[in-house]
Amino acid sequence: MKRELLEFKDKLPLKILEELEQGLPDKASPARIKKIADRVYEEYRSSLAEPGECVGLVTAESIGEPGTQMTLNTFHFAGVSEMNVTTGLPRLIEILDARKTISTEMMEIFLNKPYSRGKEIKNIAEGLKETTLKEYIKSISINVAETRMRIELKDQKLKDVNLNPAKVGRILHKSLKGFDFKVEKDGAMRIKASGDDALNMIYRVKEKIKDIYIHGVKGITQVLPVKRGEEYVIVTAGTNLKEVYKLPFVDITRTTSNNITEVEKFLGIEAARKAIVKEILKVLKDQGISIDHRHILLVSDAMTMSGKVLGVSRYGIVKEKPSVLARASFETPIRHIINASMVGEKDELNSVIENVMINQPVPIGTGLPGLITKKRVDEKKK
Amino acid sequence: METFIAKKIASIEFGLMSPKFMKEMASAKVVTPELYDKEGYPVDGGLMDIRLGVIDPGLKCKTCGQKLKECPGHFGYIELARPVVHIKFVTVVLDLLRCTCRSCGNILIPNDKINKFRSELEKIGMEMGLDEQRKQVKQVIASLKTITKCPHCKEKQMKIKIEKPTTYLEDEKRLSPIEVRSRLERIKREHLPLFGINPKSAQPEWMILTVLPIPPVTMRPSITLESGERSEDDLTHKLGDIVRINQRLFENINAGAPEIIIEDLWDLLQYHVTTFFDNAVAQLPPARHRSGQPLKTLTARIKSKEGRIRHNLAGKRTNFCARTVISPDPMLNINEVGVPLVMAMKLTVPERVTEWNTNFLKEFIKKGPKEYPGANYIIRPDGRRKKITDETKEQLLEELQPGFIVERHLMDGDISTFNRQPSLHRMSMMCHRVRVLPGLTLRLNPAVCAPYNADFDGDEMNLHIPQTEEARAEAEILMEVQTQLISPRYGLSIIGCNQDAITGNFILTKYLNLTRENAIDLLVAVGVEDFSKLPNKNVLSGKEIFSVLMPDDFNFQGHARHYKEGVNDPDAIVEIKEGKLITGILDKNNLGDGSGLLLRNLHKQYGAKQMVDMLGKIYRMGIEVLFRYGFTITLSDLDLKHEVQDEVNRLLEEADNDVAKMIENFHAGTLELLPGRDARETLELRILERLNKARNDTGAVVAKNADPDSHTLIMILSGARGNLINLAQMSACVGQQALRGGRISKGYDDRTLSCFKKGDLGASARGFIKHGFKNGLEPYELFFMAMTGRDSLMDTALRTPKSGYLYRRLANALQDFKVEYDFTVRDAGKKIIQFAYGEDGIDVSKSEGGKINVGHIIRTT
Repeated sequence: MKRELLEFKDKLPLKILEELEQGLPDKASPARIKKIADRVYEEYRSSLAEPGECVGLVTAESIGEPGTQMTLNTFHFAGVSEMNVTTGLPRLIEILDARKTISTEMMEIFLNKPYSRGKEIKNIAEGLKETTLKEYIKSISINVAETRMRIELKDQKLKDVNLNPAKVGRILHKSLKGFDFKVEKDGAMRIKASGDDALNMIYRVKEKIKDIYIHGVKGITQVLPVKRGEEYVIVTAGTNLKEVYKLPFVDITRTTSNNITEVEKFLGIEAARKAIVKEILKVLKDQGISIDHRHILLVSDAMTMSGKVLGVSRYGIVKEKPSVLARASFETPIRHIINASMVGEKDELNSVIENVMINQPVPIGTGLPGLITKKRVDEKKK
Repeated sequence: METFIAKKIASIEFGLMSPKFMKEMASAKVVTPELYDKEGYPVDGGLMDIRLGVIDPGLKCKTCGQKLKECPGHFGYIELARPVVHIKFVTVVLDLLRCTCRSCGNILIPNDKINKFRSELEKIGMEMGLDEQRKQVKQVIASLKTITKCPHCKEKQMKIKIEKPTTYLEDEKRLSPIEVRSRLERIKREHLPLFGINPKSAQPEWMILTVLPIPPVTMRPSITLESGERSEDDLTHKLGDIVRINQRLFENINAGAPEIIIEDLWDLLQYHVTTFFDNAVAQLPPARHRSGQPLKTLTARIKSKEGRIRHNLAGKRTNFCARTVISPDPMLNINEVGVPLVMAMKLTVPERVTEWNTNFLKEFIKKGPKEYPGANYIIRPDGRRKKITDETKEQLLEELQPGFIVERHLMDGDISTFNRQPSLHRMSMMCHRVRVLPGLTLRLNPAVCAPYNADFDGDEMNLHIPQTEEARAEAEILMEVQTQLISPRYGLSIIGCNQDAITGNFILTKYLNLTRENAIDLLVAVGVEDFSKLPNKNVLSGKEIFSVLMPDDFNFQGHARHYKEGVNDPDAIVEIKEGKLITGILDKNNLGDGSGLLLRNLHKQYGAKQMVDMLGKIYRMGIEVLFRYGFTITLSDLDLKHEVQDEVNRLLEEADNDVAKMIENFHAGTLELLPGRDARETLELRILERLNKARNDTGAVVAKNADPDSHTLIMILSGARGNLINLAQMSACVGQQALRGGRISKGYDDRTLSCFKKGDLGASARGFIKHGFKNGLEPYELFFMAMTGRDSLMDTALRTPKSGYLYRRLANALQDFKVEYDFTVRDAGKKIIQFAYGEDGIDVSKSEGGKINVGHIIRTT
């Protein structure tokens, strides 16, 4: 860093400082640099938010107002035309609610080299997908007379995901108790039932067996390799960070999910905060609405301040408020008042809404400063 | 009318009322359900007892001696013959009964373990709330397996159940409220904090009522009907029931009536007390009027949007306000509002009489309320308000002296705040200067439509006149239009030229050359008086005329809308050097709201006031140009040349053929599948893609061949209104109608409308409109349009309440975050949310698009 700029290191935010340093002409004299930096500093000082500024309300307005312009159309094609994603207002509500289950879960899986260059990309992607037996079945034939079922598997498909009939057999074996089960030499599965109800049992098990989990990451229902610039990324429908992080070819540092609760669970609160920002920005960008990132930062900070993700709802942020009346004015007023009476809560009246209620100046903006005067001396006379 | 705040409420504490406290605060004991005697005078000891406050004119309150509207009302009480359970504490009482010993009253946790759990439980109470804490106590007891036997006195514990809503059962045997109460009394006070109860403010036995406070008469006034009949408030009705049953219960107990009768009356009393508190308890039939409509009792009075809290406490009403239809008037300044004369004579501004303005104010009084500008009232120093009439005028003039307040009519230049609902952001309520005008509508400069989101199809707006010096000062300094130019949402100007103003300036700077006379005529109309900036020529270009409005030392460089990287087009680069527009056409990019960089720079350099002034002039310039130039669009703007029409037809035919081919492939099963899709989905996506391309191609052809000097194109190119897609839809092809992200597929069996073959997947059978609006649509095409039109109406109708609720939640959650003196962002409990607002402390409305323009500073230093 240039010597002249050093003194501004603590005065200016890093981002502005960087921009300043990069923008400076090469031949600028120290005096000029100083002058420029002074002016930037002056400009910065004059653009600071003033004490008392009710930034929270400004944020609420900035996000709430364009809400009316957003579409309600739940589905939208994200980037490539193959994947449906919830966007617009429903998605925004979902994020701010901090819902545990969201309507369309997605992951973006980044890969380590050399896979990120496209090596075996199709196989890797297919391997991630949760598959059940029915996807490997070539044919099922039932021998009614001997109450026996024979399942032939697709060899190529098994090979693609590094499986063989023996392995499949082992998986199936567990869930076929009470049946005579065998893997035949040609790779087909043979299931035989016995007893009075044998035929019915065979038919029942035929349906059941189709949904047995065979391979892939549980929860991932769709995979789509996408080329982003030089790199291949796998977009998935459905998430399972826990399992995906165990895979050797996955770049853990960049792979994330759009489910904030899951991000919080596996990556921590700071990651969740970033995820909220990212997801909100994604919605807004998609809708072509411009909101300054500061507002989104404030919302996500408010949601994650306590160390766990709280929704913007009566069970989340509003519940954490110190004032009884402020909570009561939002939703379920009676419950709040009853509980407050048992705890003997004291409302210190230092937020906005209580003071509105009792007709006192609100401690925000111009209502914040008080006047301190010296007491008159003539009180002594009394 | 001197008002000084003598006391300030510092805090409000919540707690339960003890029976003793209820009696102490009461000023009367209610003993009879009668309300009035034969003369219609409130009965002593009745529910309308005048010791509880007065609601009749002429009567004096026996407690405080004040009259109607002065007496705030006083509580009374009734002694309940038998205790009853308070419905709102039923679950708490149940938990307390279950978790404490039935004989010794200790909590069912051994002594040595209490302290271990205490801190744990209190922490849960702090974090998760009371209900959670009580649940936790139960879990602790369950885990200690002491639920059946008291660890203190070894008494066997029974299972306590609740029969909703208010009956407790112990091993199928009923626990009367008396027993419940005595058990609650026995609970050790030091154990209460484990349940989240603070013994200082709430004793558990108070949750069982022995005394019921009677709310003051003033909060349940009766209405006298036209027939002279009195109609009592719902609460009075309910209280009457309670008192009546209570008296009967007393009598029966004293008379030694059989247990069954007493029990029945007791239950009835419980029912009435319960519905008095909450008339919507799930298991109870609501108490009703004779007409069958449910009574509105205490809970219903407090909760929900129409309840006390949200309707009366959080929502305030004002005097000195007005509302009417709005209409545009570009000749007003941007920070002005045109007020109809009739309004100006009703709305007043209080002005205090001093030595120096006595004569000035006397003029108003002389004119009186009927002549403008006059005055309606004067207020004497003792607070008495006197109406000015022809009779009182002379006398009032005489006694007028410093210290009086004159409420004079609204005049030009007065401060007002102007508002349009829904007030979604702070720019929905701004301060305007009053301009009193003839007519009956409120008028505003169309440039401020954007922040209010107003149009003139019948919109109404509200006007408020601040009444104190502080209010006026705040409105002027914090809310005036020029202080709100930069949106705090994205840091750019939200006020700018729109519609005609953009078209006008576009035409002026692109086409026009005016004679000197015409130019001066134009400038005078705009409001310019200094023509020294006009070059000394007989024919002046539009750019030269526009330059007159720019300050002399203003430099600016920007891009017009049609700017393309690498294309050398002087018109596309707007350059202003030393206040002269050298090249470039002014359009929405530089003049419009949201984008207007020219305006943003003017604001930065010359301040809000000058910028508003200049914007007003630029706006008027655009409109005046159109007045002189004449501007309209014609149907022929939409005409296509033959070869263009042929080209369009060819493109559409091509698309049709492609779609047909795809459908063929689909039926033959040779369609190449998209990953993760089946054949049908692939087909739909492919067709949609192809048809969109067809529409875009026709659009491009139309746009390329349209006459850029036609008025329709001028509007589109300048950004004033419309876009090229609109044009293409009018003259060539409307395009695919989409329903829920796909082509239209609903309707009859296997087809959308009955005029198509079953299973037809072709373009027109699924909502592709290949005609333009000008040439007219086929009937089925019109149906498709109507479908999507209805769908979008539904979308809007469903979205509004959803986004409204989201907004309310956000506002409620974030409303008390503010920047503190140490520049951290904190909530009302002084918890830190951010160490610096937005991580750098910059206020968006003071920034340029959320940033500090470092590059600009470097360039100009």
